[in-house]
Amino acid sequence: MDKITCILCPKGCSIEKKEEGNEIKYIGYGCSRGLEYAKDEFTQPKRILTTTIHVKDGEIEFLPVRTDKPIPKRLLFDAMAILRKIEVTAPVKVGFVVVKNILDTGADVIATRKVNRKSSF
Amino acid sequence: MHEYSLIVIGGGPAGLAAALKSFENLDDKRVLIIERDKFLGGILNQCIHPGFGLHYFKKELTGPEYAQRFIELVEKSGIEYLTDTHVIDINPGREVTIVNKHGLKKLKAKAIVLAMGARERTRGAVQIPGTRPAGIFTAGQAQRFINIEGYKIGKKAVIVGSGDIGLIMARRLTLEGIEVKAVVEIMPYSTGLRRNIVQCLEDFGIPLLLSHKVVKIHGKERVEGVTISAVDKDFKEIPATERFIECDTVLFSVGLIPENELSKKAGVLLDMATGGPVVDNTFSTTARGIFACGNVLHVHDLVDNVTLEAETAGKYAALFCKTPELFQKDQLTNIIASSGIKYVVPQRLNKNFLEPTILRYRVDNVYHNKVVTLINSGRKLLRIKKQHLTPGEMESLTLSEKILSQIDFSQDIILKLEDNSLKGEIYG
Ligand SMILES: Cc1cc2nc3c(=O)[nH]c(=O)nc-3n(C[C@H](O)[C@H](O)[C@H](O)COP(=O)(O)OP(=O)(O)OC[C@H]3O[C@@H](n4cnc5c(N)ncnc54)[C@H](O)[C@@H]3O)c2cc1C
Repeated sequence: MDKITCILCPKGCSIEKKEEGNEIKYIGYGCSRGLEYAKDEFTQPKRILTTTIHVKDGEIEFLPVRTDKPIPKRLLFDAMAILRKIEVTAPVKVGFVVVKNILDTGADVIATRKVNRKSSF
Repeated sequence: MHEYSLIVIGGGPAGLAAALKSFENLDDKRVLIIERDKFLGGILNQCIHPGFGLHYFKKELTGPEYAQRFIELVEKSGIEYLTDTHVIDINPGREVTIVNKHGLKKLKAKAIVLAMGARERTRGAVQIPGTRPAGIFTAGQAQRFINIEGYKIGKKAVIVGSGDIGLIMARRLTLEGIEVKAVVEIMPYSTGLRRNIVQCLEDFGIPLLLSHKVVKIHGKERVEGVTISAVDKDFKEIPATERFIECDTVLFSVGLIPENELSKKAGVLLDMATGGPVVDNTFSTTARGIFACGNVLHVHDLVDNVTLEAETAGKYAALFCKTPELFQKDQLTNIIASSGIKYVVPQRLNKNFLEPTILRYRVDNVYHNKVVTLINSGRKLLRIKKQHLTPGEMESLTLSEKILSQIDFSQDIILKLEDNSLKGEIYG
């Protein structure tokens, strides 16, 4: 595919890849982050994964988590399979590392919400 | 009766930002937030996907992370808050009736900020014939069940409506191992952000059926499937296009409505086009000392805009406590949405507060190559060329000091769409 939609912000720039001789050009990006994204998206598409995992003894039962960087799109379901089996124990702080370097992607899975311990009265 | 300077109703991003800003601006610091849920943060607590804060924090956060930043500021500030507490009545005298496990109580405030958010339109709003089996949810309800309560709500789903909530839930269901058969959209376009169409549907090969509607839901105990049909430009079913899709779950994502039952009791005038209160540039409603911001005012796509608007509301609510005389009705000029513009917020301008003001508006259809024009007293004060406008994306423009200085306040200000006939001309 020679055309992608940038997903970094709601603007959704449409970016095109053009090869002129042995030079590769990107057209239509709105910012430098968009350019970097386009380069990645054409070679190795990546996504941030967000989901929830079990939390024991917490004031809520499910902890929202995300990868701290985008991971290869083709690994999303493998990562889900790992996260489905994980349980942490409250208290948890925002940024707490739930899984380090998931599937060797270099991304950590971190908590996105603070969970206090369930009060026992 | 317990008295506060400011009572904020709703502890979502709008309520939190309004409370923080008013707290900064009040000398007596008597601010109270009332939230019916167990936690502060509002709808953001269930929006665990990324896409929040890019404008406000220049960083992409998830809903809980965005909320957490404001919750921490509130906790540090000394702002009082009550959770698990419903506001069940407000009267024009700014008395607020609350109910919680300690019982019923009346509170009084010098100023009130309405920040109750929005609720979802349900199956009833789109009138689909069929039985009433289990397995039918609104998308937000499903989001809460999955992301907070941790239920698996079905195995095969069809999603009705392709706004952002519907799209985000299509991805969420897929990741949880629920097969999304299709997203069915009656309009010829999706009202969702393009990034969500890419990230939530195309990534997973989920079909988006535009100009299609669900004509029947089948099943007695549990949903067994839906019949869909293609529609023409008048939304009439096209004969012989009907098709059955087997599924056990149907999610409705057919829009939000500002939550204004309480506002009505307080005597607040509502705008038919937004479903929220009519406000001026201080976010003052037509009921004295009652302000409104966030989704209760009009439905927003981006929480960043909610925060900015709420900060303005909070600032002026604090000012109202000190100098209520500046907020008189006879100081107001109307801002009117006309041809092509569905609504504009604020709907009025208070000439005592002529600070640069952001007007937010939505168009009533998809348009190409138009000029958004601001007219007052027969003069065009601003013309902005737009290549592409859609009802799904909120637009904005700023009334700068320069524009404000040219306004004739005895005349209405009109915002409308014009054809782009004059080439190469941009004002403002
Ligand atoms: C599913 C979904 C996905 C979204 N995705 C994005 C996104 O990717 N990026 C983005 O920027 N924005 C997104 N948004 C939009 C953004 O989340 C909202 O615009 C924003 O949360 C609105 O804030 P609010 O404070 O006005 O309302 P809410 O967050 O709804 O808060 C209102 C609060 O008021 C409380 N309340 C209501 N009535 C009462 C009462 N009578 N007494 C006491 N409390 C009461 C409610 O419990 C609630 O907590 C999304 C919204 C939804 C619904």
